[in-house]
Amino acid sequence: MPLLEVSDLVTEFDTDEGRVRAVDQISFSADAGVTLGIVGESGCGKSVTALSIMRLLPQPMGQIAGGSILFQGRDLTQLPLAEMEKVRGNEVSMIFQEPMTALNPVHTIGKQLAEVLLLHKDYGHEKALKESIDILDRVGIPSPDVRMGEYPHQLSGGMRQRVVIAIALACKPALLIADEPTTALDVTIQAQILELIKELQADMGMSVILITHDLGVIAETCEQVVVMYAGKIAEKGSVYDVFDSPSHPYTRGLLASIPRLDTEPKSKLSIIEGMVPGLLDLPPGCRFENRCRFAEDSCTLSAPPIHTIQGQHDVSCFRWQDI
Amino acid sequence: MSDSPILEVRDLKMHFPVKEGIFLRTNKFNRAVDGVSLSIQPGETLGLVGESGCGKSTLGRCITRLYQPTAGSISFEGQDITHLKGKALMPFRQHIQMIFQDPMESLNARHTVADIIEEPFIVQNIGDRISRKKQVKKLLEIVGLPARSASRYPFEFSGGQRQRIGIARSIALNPKLVICDEPVSALDVSIQSQILNLLIDLQKEFKLSYLFIAHDLAVVKHISDRIAIMYLGKVAESATGETVYHNPQHPYTRSLISAIPVPDPHRVVERQVISGDVPSPIDPPSGCRFHPRCPQVTDMCKHKPPQLRSVDDGHLVSCHSDM
Repeated sequence: MPLLEVSDLVTEFDTDEGRVRAVDQISFSADAGVTLGIVGESGCGKSVTALSIMRLLPQPMGQIAGGSILFQGRDLTQLPLAEMEKVRGNEVSMIFQEPMTALNPVHTIGKQLAEVLLLHKDYGHEKALKESIDILDRVGIPSPDVRMGEYPHQLSGGMRQRVVIAIALACKPALLIADEPTTALDVTIQAQILELIKELQADMGMSVILITHDLGVIAETCEQVVVMYAGKIAEKGSVYDVFDSPSHPYTRGLLASIPRLDTEPKSKLSIIEGMVPGLLDLPPGCRFENRCRFAEDSCTLSAPPIHTIQGQHDVSCFRWQDI
Repeated sequence: MSDSPILEVRDLKMHFPVKEGIFLRTNKFNRAVDGVSLSIQPGETLGLVGESGCGKSTLGRCITRLYQPTAGSISFEGQDITHLKGKALMPFRQHIQMIFQDPMESLNARHTVADIIEEPFIVQNIGDRISRKKQVKKLLEIVGLPARSASRYPFEFSGGQRQRIGIARSIALNPKLVICDEPVSALDVSIQSQILNLLIDLQKEFKLSYLFIAHDLAVVKHISDRIAIMYLGKVAESATGETVYHNPQHPYTRSLISAIPVPDPHRVVERQVISGDVPSPIDPPSGCRFHPRCPQVTDMCKHKPPQLRSVDDGHLVSCHSDM
């Protein structure tokens, strides 16, 4: 049984212009100990998927309108809030993109870190503080006992992200969801943080869902990958399946459009024409149809079903065999 | 380098006063740019890479004379423009234009697209209303926006389209040099390649020179002829893109290259993760500014600042070590 199994998840938001489906019937699963990447562009629903799993959707606008999220056999969508609070931060944790906004600026690092332990573990104050220092040390923060008394603004961006990771991992969760954990950081710091997440994962044997727009980060850190486009899954499989034989025209286009260090300078990058359709007026057929080089008339009529190419490699395209 | 450069920057310094205490006395300076020399040939793209706070954007703003540099000189087509003020600066403003990172913040939200693109003509007092309207139409076509965009407002466009509006404004007066300050970093991958292609096309068509500022080395290498890598207000290394990639000499350049995630799951990462954060430019380290993070640091690096020296034709490195 996989650790996490998301089936036909639908997440909707009420907006002034009507109800939009940010995530539309997506299914994927993550086994224990693996790193699963979710990749896609702004507005594709990758963060909403994460927030749905955490049951942290903005209220009252956002709600899970269908499907199930099985975590260790329990359906998180059906859990009463009080139960969910015991899961969140304890068994499933999340790291956010912007470490400055994820931390509370008026509390010390120590207080924010100990809070998690006091909430979820049966720890006394002293033990929580001692454990907090250990965790800070573990995530590579120099002189952790001094840092405990400092405030987030006194730390650099990379250090803040380490603190956020420390808080997320304090209770040794089985699943860590990292939503663009390195997007706000410089490359050399990004390398440090990704390295740290990998190390900690190997140590603690947890599963990681890494959400990013950077295919490079996916290739280097993940075993499984889910490619999302306009609220749906375009393609999923192991990183080798998806990067070696991309089968959805969108995945292909994305991979071809990235400038790499070894491409010919000033050569034409291949591009995906046009832009993502708005969630308010989604086409009835395939959502990528208006940008797709392989689109046919039939693509505009109905949404493509999911085809299994081989093993766990799935693609949602009518014409995957032709491209 | 037979031609005379279109832009020559010599030993440029930009120090911002840091005001402290209740009397707001200036005791310290933020040495954002601290002795940078570079030149750009007509039709050439110079890429400027570095992490946050290395002074790359400040340098760009000094060249457009949005800032008055503290010391050093800027010559445009052989004429010193460092100390020009007011009216005397106007003719150069026409030739040196800028594209900003965030197209939402750099476009006036209360002006229509036509107003925004027309404004440079009004400021420089070029043409009458009818000819200006014609120009606006032509510029929209050049950057690939529909003519009906003219009467719309910035918020009605996506990020990529807004950046096209910014580009149309920057090339409106037929400039010779365009400073591109992180023009694609806020955009999604599939849109980023569209904008990079557009910039490359425009350069060919209008014989533009670019100073292309970005933190993403892969993007910079793709668009640039030569690259300068900055670290804490100084140039660490400069050479052609190919040389920087295949034969990097500065330890910082090497770690920067090895830190870039490559979208290829088969690549074995032999990463040189450099520890620590970028120090503050208010109180930069003594000697070589990279020495606290450098894997090859020697005693001399701690005391004596290295000078930029030539290791090969057009390849400059600021490092004591010979490699």
